[in-house]
This record gives sequence, C-alpha cells and structure tokens, in this order.
Amino acid sequence: MSACTTSPAAPPAIIAERGQREVFCGLTGIVWLHRRIQDAFFLVVGSRTCAHLLQSAAGVMIFAEPRFATAIIEERDLAGRADLDDELDRVATRLIARRPDIRLLFLVGSCPSEVIRLDLGRAAARLEERFGRSPRVLAYSGSGIGTTFTEGEDACLSALVPTLAPAPGPATRLLVVGALADVVEDQFRRLFAALGIATVDFLPARRADAMPPVGPFTRYVLAQPFLGETATALERRGAVQIAAPCPLGAEGTRLWFESIAAAFGIDPAHVDGVLSLPVRRATAALAAPRARLAGRRVFLFPDSQLEIPLARFLARECGMILTEVGTPFLNRRLMAPDLALLPADAQLAEGQDVARQLDRCRAARPDLVVCGLGLANPLEAEGFATKWSIELVFSPIQGFEQAADLAALFARPLARRALLEV
Amino acid sequence: MQLTLWSYEGPPHIGAMRIATAMHGVHYVLHAPQGDTYADLLFTMIERRDRRPPVSYTTFQARDLGGDTAELFRTAVRDAYDRFRPEAMIVGASCTAELIQDDPGGLAAGLGLPIPVIPVELPAYQRKENWGAAETFYQLVRTATAGQAPPDRAAQPFCVNILGPTALGFRHRDDVRDIAALLARLGIAVNVIAPLGASFADLARLPAAHANLVLYPETAGTAAGYLARRFGQKTISTVPIGLGATRDFVAEIAGLAQITPPPGLAEESRLGWYSRSVDSTYLTGKRVFIFGDATHAIALARVATAEIGFSLVGLGTYSREFAAPVRAAAQSYGIEALISDDYLAVEAAIAAAQPELVLGTQMERHIAKRLGIPCAVISAPAHVQDFPARHSPFAGFEGANVLFDTLIHPLMMGLEEHLLGMFRDDFEFNDTAAPSHLGPHATTPPEPASAAPAPAGATAGALADTLASAPVGRDDASAPVWRDEASAPVWRDEASAPVWRDDAEAELRKIPFFVRGKARRNTEIFARERGLNPITIETIYDAKAHFSA
Repeated sequence: MSACTTSPAAPPAIIAERGQREVFCGLTGIVWLHRRIQDAFFLVVGSRTCAHLLQSAAGVMIFAEPRFATAIIEERDLAGRADLDDELDRVATRLIARRPDIRLLFLVGSCPSEVIRLDLGRAAARLEERFGRSPRVLAYSGSGIGTTFTEGEDACLSALVPTLAPAPGPATRLLVVGALADVVEDQFRRLFAALGIATVDFLPARRADAMPPVGPFTRYVLAQPFLGETATALERRGAVQIAAPCPLGAEGTRLWFESIAAAFGIDPAHVDGVLSLPVRRATAALAAPRARLAGRRVFLFPDSQLEIPLARFLARECGMILTEVGTPFLNRRLMAPDLALLPADAQLAEGQDVARQLDRCRAARPDLVVCGLGLANPLEAEGFATKWSIELVFSPIQGFEQAADLAALFARPLARRALLEV
Repeated sequence: MQLTLWSYEGPPHIGAMRIATAMHGVHYVLHAPQGDTYADLLFTMIERRDRRPPVSYTTFQARDLGGDTAELFRTAVRDAYDRFRPEAMIVGASCTAELIQDDPGGLAAGLGLPIPVIPVELPAYQRKENWGAAETFYQLVRTATAGQAPPDRAAQPFCVNILGPTALGFRHRDDVRDIAALLARLGIAVNVIAPLGASFADLARLPAAHANLVLYPETAGTAAGYLARRFGQKTISTVPIGLGATRDFVAEIAGLAQITPPPGLAEESRLGWYSRSVDSTYLTGKRVFIFGDATHAIALARVATAEIGFSLVGLGTYSREFAAPVRAAAQSYGIEALISDDYLAVEAAIAAAQPELVLGTQMERHIAKRLGIPCAVISAPAHVQDFPARHSPFAGFEGANVLFDTLIHPLMMGLEEHLLGMFRDDFEFNDTAAPSHLGPHATTPPEPASAAPAPAGATAGALADTLASAPVGRDDASAPVWRDEASAPVWRDEASAPVWRDDAEAELRKIPFFVRGKARRNTEIFARERGLNPITIETIYDAKAHFSA
C-alpha cells in the first residue's frame, strides 16, 4: 500500500470546472431503485421532459409493470385553474387504487416542481394520513438542479433514514449502505457470517416493511461512494461510520472487509483466513483482463461519483495509466480512503465544462474513454475506444467474485477494437 | 396533472433538437437545467449519429437560481458561437427554464452576434415534440426567407422542395432517397430538401421552387403553409406511402409539372403482384388495428385494406393536432378513430378489438407482445432496431415493397398456416404456438405428458446424445441459451454427474436465465475435472474464476 503514504493534506491536483454538464439528473436513480425495493412506487412530479427522460433511461423495462410514473404538470396547473395539491392527491389516490400492493410511495421532486415550490414533503405527510399509513409516503428530490445521477439514490435513502426504527442495544449492528445487486448482497452476507459479525443489515432493504433499524449501536459502512447525505442522516441518528475504500476489485473489497472487521475487533489472523481464498480467486481471475488493460491510458468523464474508486481499481489492480479522472462531485471526507490509494500524480476534475473537457480528452489521446452515451458514439467516430459508464451503475461490480467482471467491462471495448476488421 | 408512464412524444424542445440536428450550420442553445442533456443520447444511440447534436445547454443548478441564470445563458450563447461558428442559431427554453422566465430571445439579441439568432417559443406545458419540430422549422424558414419577394418562376423549369424529414424521423433517411430518385425518373428537379441535410443558406433558396412536397405534415405543415401564403408556392399534400398513394402522388406532381409519367412506373413495385399471388389469399379479411402518428396511420390504413386486403378494426393517433384527418379516415372505413396519447387507452382499445395484427409504434409492439398478437412497427416513436442499417424506406415504390414484407412477416405465411391446420393436434404445431417473432417464450411448450410417449422419448434421447457428445468448450457459444437449463440433460452417465447442494443451486438461480445453462455446464465440467462433489457455492465461483482467467 505504498500509495497510502500520500497525506490527506496534499491531495492530488484538482481541476474545478463550471460550464455545460453532460450528466443525468437524480431521477435516473429510480430506474435501479425500483428494482431494489420491490414494493415501492416512485411517482415523479414533473414535466413531460421528466417522463421522457425516464422512458429513455428505462428502455424496454418500462413495460414490465414498472413501479414508477410521472404526474405531468400541465398548463392549467400552472395557471392556477387547478389546485396543485388537489391534483396531486387525485393522481396519487388513483395510483394507489390501481396498485394496492404498494407499501411505500415516494413522491419524487423534479426541476419544475422545485422551481414552482411545490411542497412535496407536506404532500407526503398529507397523503400518508389519507392512506392511513398504508402505504407509507415519503418525498425526496431527484431534480437536475439539485442532484446528479446517483445522487438521486442518496436523496432517496436519506429520506428513508428518519423513518427507520430505533436499533436496540447494546450489541453493535453493522449497516451496509447503498443499493447492491442481490447476488452481491448475498456474497457479502456469507463473508460477514464467516468473519463472525452477527447482525448485518442492508439499506435499502428489499422490502419496505423490512427496512433496518438504526441508532447509536449502529456502525455503518458505505458500499457506494455517492451517499454523503445519507451518511449525514445516519450520523444524525447516532450511527458511526466505518471509513473504508469502495468494495471494487480484489484489493478494494479486501480493504473494505478489513476495515469493517477491525471496527468489530475481529482477530486479523481470522480475517486473513476468511478472505485469503476469495482474494486469491479474484486476483487470479483478474489476470486475463489485466493483460489487456495494463499500460493503457484511460480518461474518465464525470458521471456517477464512482470514478475515483474505479480509477483506483484500474490503476492499481489493472495497471492502467490515468490521464484524467472526472467526478461530478467530490466528497473529500467519504472519498479519503480511495483518494489515498490513487497514484499521487492523478489529475482529478470536479464539475464539468464538457467542451473544454473534450478538448483535454482529445489532447490526451487516451486508449480508453469512460463516458456517457451522449459522448460515446461521437468519440468512437473520432477514433477513441469508449466504455459507456451507465453500465457500471446497473451491473453487479462490487465484491471479490465480480472483480474480473468489472475489469472485463473495460477490457471488452479494447478487445472489440482489436477484433473488428471494419 | 396527468399520470403518465409512457409518452408517445417528448417535450417540444426535443422537436427543436430534431430540426437543429437534421441541419448543417444551425446551433441550438437551450436554457435548461442539469440533466436535460439526456436528450443527446436519443440521437447518438437510437439514431446512432456519429457526432454530438449541435445543441448547447446552460445546465443550470439550484445554486444558479439566485439570479445569474440570465448571465449563464448569455455565456452559453457566446461560447457556442465562438466554438461552433454556426450560420444561424436558435435559442429557447426547456420546461424548467420556461418557469424561471429569463427571455432567451432578448438576452441573445443583446449580444449582437453577426448571425441570425432565432428565438423559438415552445410552450412545454401545452405542446409536444412534433409541434416543437414544426414550429422550429417554420421559424427558421421565415427568418431565412425574410425580405424576399415572390420570385418569377414562370420561365424556370419546374422544380420542387422536399419538406419534412428530420433527425430521429421514422425511416426519413430512406424515404427521402427513394422520393428523390422517383422525382429524378420523372425528370423533375429537386430544389431543396429540408430540414434533413440542409444548411441555413439552403432555406433561403426555398422560394425558388414551384411546389413543396410535404412528406411529413407533422413537421413541415406549418412551414409549407407559410411558403404557400408568402411565396405562392403549391403544396403537394399526397403523402407517397403505399402503392396507391405513390401512384396518386405521381399523378398529382405530373399534373403540376405538366409532364406525362413514363409508362409502367408502378409495376416497379412488387407489392401488387405479391398481394395478388395465391399465397396471399389467406390474408383476406385479417383483422388489423393501426395506431401511430397521423401520417403513417392514415397511409397504412389504405395499404392494409386496399393493397393487402386486411379488414380494419381500429385506427388512431396520438397526434391531437391531426385528429381531424384521422377521424375522417376512420369514418371512411366505418369505424371510430381513437385519439389518445394514453397508452393504457390504446391497450384497452386493442384488447377490445381483438385484432389479428397490430400496426403501431414501439408501445403497440409491447402491448401486442403482452396480448400475444403479431405486430409490426410503422411509426415513431421507435427504438434502435427501427433505425436499420439496410435501405428500408416506407415511401415510394420500393417503400411499398418494404411495407408488404413489414405487414406480412409477423403473420404466419399461407403454407405455414395451412400446415398448422393440418397438424392441429401435432405437438409442434398447435393452436397455442405463437408466431416466431414473439420469441420462444410466447410459445407454450408441449407438455411431456401430452406428447406421444414413443416419439417424445426418441427426441429427448437424441437431444441428450447431441449434448453429451458435443465438445463443450470454454466459450461454447452454441449453448442452448433459450432452453430452460433445468430440462437440459448434460451428462448421459448420471452416476458421474456431480450433485448440486441446495444453496449452490439457489445461487445458480440468481444468474440471468440466458446464461444460466452455460454457467451450470461450466461448473459441472470444472467440478468433474477436479473430482469435486457435491458442488458448493465455492465451486461455482472457483469455476467462474477459472474460466474467466
């Protein structure tokens, strides 16, 4: 862990930029959150643009009886001819009548609803009373003016935290925070059991009525890097953070588990015994994708806040050279463990001016560009290999068993370029 | 408020983007919050464009709302001009910026740029995508032709403009190519094709043509109306989609141009003969439901009834602006039109009409799939597969050929249907076997118990033989991915097959079904090679690591 010597006082160089941002808004989080919380419904209060965004992002999933929709604000709502509160109540009531299986209804704020100052928090309380607390009704904002892409999950989870039951003591409970694929959660549960950590909860839980308790006996650890508001909300409930790098890659996952085990006072020799097999397996599996990635230069555009842990993984475990690591927002406290592991000369960029960043990308001539779908094909046409970044949010990438899959996501575009004769 | 899950059209600024992206040298500066750039990927992914749309966004955030959003907009306009040096710019607001009431037109005018800067007012809470496209194109045409006097066309050879094709238009690329080729066969010159492929300067040349061919009234109707009023140009309003409509189109344009079309032109299309050939007899009276934009819905209704011989049981559109012509068309078929942008209403209408074929948009494709009805996509909104690589017009005589194939392929062909009748009780040909385009999941697999014992056993045995003797490589692409892996026997020698522990079996179930079979086989090979029995969760992941190394 030689790179750990970088002191937090001397962080890597950062370009801070403002300008056009080529990013999703927080509403997009609904697309994976509604798969995660199986009895929740997400009702966006917004415009036709919001509905259009959701259907563009959700693709074909929109027809599998999805549990999200948009209440589109119309001209008559704005002209004051229709009382917005009454309209919202009418839409929500009709929705719940159609879907009585829903146990948790999220009212999700958008740019239009925020600009006209529609109070969704009050609406949620009003509706919850009307429904007799079944379903529960919560509000959060996924607006573009307030949130970037994965920050929508942060806003959703931080709205959940005040509603969680108080955790009984005195036994210390572990709370893993951030939506993970079921298969990853199950792997993590098995490893926690093997380590001897008795009580482990996950936030969000798979069902609304099974959300974990929280309190001063809770030690929480983030499984995703973009959960700053949720972390603050948990600390307000007395929970204490376990600082750890993100569980990406063999090294990242090992350090994550080691940090947790240390917080629970587990004998390092035992931890080593439990982790050595999956670490060896993950390291071995990484060999093939690493062979394709080592020595190649990568440029990451800002998207999800996963960029810094991903860059750490690509540099340290795949031997890639970082040209620029963009992130929409940098929470220096939560990101400290990952930042400490980045190569000391890594160029970070927080925020975005997409035209200037494209200029820098072209000048850097990277072998691989990690970017959104709006930029990917245009950059391919300019001769760059790209990896579209949204897949990193939708695929299971955390944990030991997924380390090689994660590397393969980056290796595949390079392999394809080598393969094609067109 | 309207509760919406799926919307047929985007907001009006998406329509403006479709115009800007279709053209050269026109840049769009959109006052919009962070996140609205999602629209870029419609063009880069669905239409697979190789460059970014010519659109700059202010992408303001909450912290900008204090009062400097106007300055943000001015900066965006200035930066866009400096970087892209367009011939002309359009400026406007998306739905949220409409609420904060900065004035894009006034702000941009204040910058004194040396190019036309055209404000487009798109009421986002009233109007939708197609309206936005039509309005934007109209504003561009109006500005480009401002101050021109109606030209004296009498001495010039007859020529036309082709108006309406845009970016993200359903088959627009190929329709234009075929119609331009058809006009060339008629000896009629094309003056300007717009907006697709046109520059701003090209728009200034529009008045020189004698007539405007309005290929898609949804996007070009407003501009064509203006050109007719302002410059006295004729409007050719027959949309050449379908064999009969293309014949009528040729007649209309030949009349205007005072030419005689070459004989046998319509015979270049195979639709007529294919439709008369005996294999098509079974198509007679098949019940069809049609929904889409007004242009395609009306055109396809004529093709389906008069040219294929279907019976029309439903006709509708999501374009409220074009409700009247669709109502009139429906009335001429003795049915009532469905005018709705609520896909649940469309679903209900389809379920009630019980058609044998649905022609519609991407949404109707999904509705039909759910209802188990064959379907073809004939209108936007469409997904990436309906922006094909191959030449695939809907307009003109080649378009009629494409339409025949498009409307017929979802149905079972005549001979197939005949066989189905003959072998009704056969286990492979039964009433519940859905058309192949619906995928194997739509087909109810024959119950093993109901199949005749001897042949079924023989089939299963042959399958086992094949699987057991097939070389199973690491990258075996021939794995029967669609088969339920539980039913696929992997080992002939049951004794040597490793046993799966329950938790390992449960873990395997978490792998997506379409690769599960491969994962099972690889794990068993791995286990057998190492003498591991039973298979545990660890074995699965050891095998996974082994095969990915």
